[in-house]
Amino acid sequence: MSTMENQTSARRANKRASAILKAVASFVVIVATTYLGLLAVTFFIGRVVPIDPVLAIVGDRAPAHVVERTREEMGFNLPYYHQFYLYVKGVLSGDFGTSVLTTNPVMADIRRVFPATMELATVGTIIGAALGIPLGVLAAVKRGSLADQVVRIIGLIGYSVPIFWLGLLALLVFYARLGWTAGPGRIDVVFEYTFTPITGFYLLDAVLNRDWAAFKDIFAHIILPASLLGYFSLAYISRMTRSFMLNELSQEYIVAARAKGLSETRIIWGHALRNAAVPLVTVIALSYAGLLEGSVLTETVFAWPGLGLYITNSLQNADMNAVLGGTIVIGSVFIALNLLSDLLYRLLDPRTRIR
Amino acid sequence: MSDTTMTRREWLLTDRPQSRLQARLGRAYLTWSRFAANKLAVIGLGIILLLLFVAAFAPLLAPHSPYIGDLKNARLLSPSATNWLGTDDQGRDILSRLIYGSRLTLQVIVLVAIIAAPIGLLVGTAAGYAGGWVDAVLMRITDIFLAFPKLVLALAFVAALGPGIENAIIAIALTSWPPYARIARAETLTVRNSDYIAAVKLMGASPMRIVLRHIMPLCISSLIVRVTLDMAGIILTAAGLGFLGLGAQPPLPEWGAMIASGRRFILDQWWVAAAPGAAILIVSLGFNLLGDGLRDALDTRSGGQ
Repeated sequence: MSTMENQTSARRANKRASAILKAVASFVVIVATTYLGLLAVTFFIGRVVPIDPVLAIVGDRAPAHVVERTREEMGFNLPYYHQFYLYVKGVLSGDFGTSVLTTNPVMADIRRVFPATMELATVGTIIGAALGIPLGVLAAVKRGSLADQVVRIIGLIGYSVPIFWLGLLALLVFYARLGWTAGPGRIDVVFEYTFTPITGFYLLDAVLNRDWAAFKDIFAHIILPASLLGYFSLAYISRMTRSFMLNELSQEYIVAARAKGLSETRIIWGHALRNAAVPLVTVIALSYAGLLEGSVLTETVFAWPGLGLYITNSLQNADMNAVLGGTIVIGSVFIALNLLSDLLYRLLDPRTRIR
Repeated sequence: MSDTTMTRREWLLTDRPQSRLQARLGRAYLTWSRFAANKLAVIGLGIILLLLFVAAFAPLLAPHSPYIGDLKNARLLSPSATNWLGTDDQGRDILSRLIYGSRLTLQVIVLVAIIAAPIGLLVGTAAGYAGGWVDAVLMRITDIFLAFPKLVLALAFVAALGPGIENAIIAIALTSWPPYARIARAETLTVRNSDYIAAVKLMGASPMRIVLRHIMPLCISSLIVRVTLDMAGIILTAAGLGFLGLGAQPPLPEWGAMIASGRRFILDQWWVAAAPGAAILIVSLGFNLLGDGLRDALDTRSGGQ
């Protein structure tokens, strides 16, 4: 008897192991193909779309021998598949080429500017989630009421407004007219020589340095662009929270909880929201990715020295290496966040676990 | 109709329609009454109809020329009786430029929809109906494109193709088809094994005919909803490209580019940048309201939640 039981349990363990192996394998395939796809697209944009990428680099007045030499140096005389192989190899070792504009390696530039963008997107997501989730819960609980309508309109306007325009108006009102916040940029010039960045996240650095004057100034600078980005993630998060909550509130366990005599607060925040939290994590991760992208336009308006401003500045100077490097970095973060949200979903929702 | 005592409403809602036309009209009437019950959706429809009207009759509606301004006397005027929304830095009437700009906005969204929706429909239905490795490969490609940041990718495309409204349209279309493929595939999977498909298959219909005549039409309504909901995003992306100087080039009165040129005067002559942004907001809001309304009206399965 016991040997048979052992056999079945061993078989079950085997089955489980192979299922996990399969899941891991498919995960690896997904990561690899998605990343290769991203590189194929940026390669296509950089090498195939321009009529002559060499001319795009040396300019159309360069003498013929310079053009030829550059073509060979850059490997543009090789067939496309060979070029693509070299390209992938370069990118995977962190080589995005040299920026024409700053003459630095693109990777070094991006490493310098990226923390600014992350800081902005992080504060924006915190604002968006802190306001969006309660608003979404409120809209779901008071479904059809005036509050629901108001939340809906706030969200719809968030989906419809051009962020750069709202940014300009916010600067006009809150900085120029009311003087409530600081203007464009990340930190006042006063602090340029006294403030030493450690992590690149200025708010955190100010705390680490115990430089409270700088903290106040940095906060005054970040609050406006971060609130704008936060508004966009609020629009998305509140809408999704509402629909997840409506779904949960119509489940039978809610009826059971009510019959048991639990308070409405406990049912809504303790039971329904707890179950809605699993898909919400996905939503928040995706909205964070969206904010990284939204930062391209926001940073331009607020002269925020992050990746978005770097990309748009490079665009204006036809610096394709820098543009594509920035695209790859934002694309990689996108892919990573997509996968992360997927993994978190599996981790948090026991129903999706492999048995 | 033999039954003359029926009112028009009864005729539309009858359980036993006498003809195909009557059944279709009846369904359309039901959809419309569900749609019309949603006040916000009707407002959205009104905004879009207004946009179409303004774009169609731009030369008749615009009080001044959108391209030629009075550089000597009329630079950066504040709103007045002659220039309702003021003038820009080249003395051009902002209202007239907005009116002509509606044509560019319409051009962008129509062309993007015409390019992107059929690509998505084709990829999605093919993947869903064929199944197997065709499905796996097509959906992998779709997912790869879905994982990309749309705006940044469009930026890079336009940077390589060169600025201009046509290139902006191509770039936006190339980045916006994947959701349509996903939707079309999902719809295809739900109908693929239904009885009527088995019936046409038994009658000897080719896979091509089944997909084109019997599956694609069923995907259209959810696709229309999604495209309408995406219109706002398309307008915003196009405006963003215009704002960065990558979309429509001067002197075209593209709304995003107008905001960019008004940016320098934001502190003193704020209306130069404020008006085109408000136009973008109103039109995208219109599309979002309309899309929401259409989704609720066309989606009979969820019982009009």
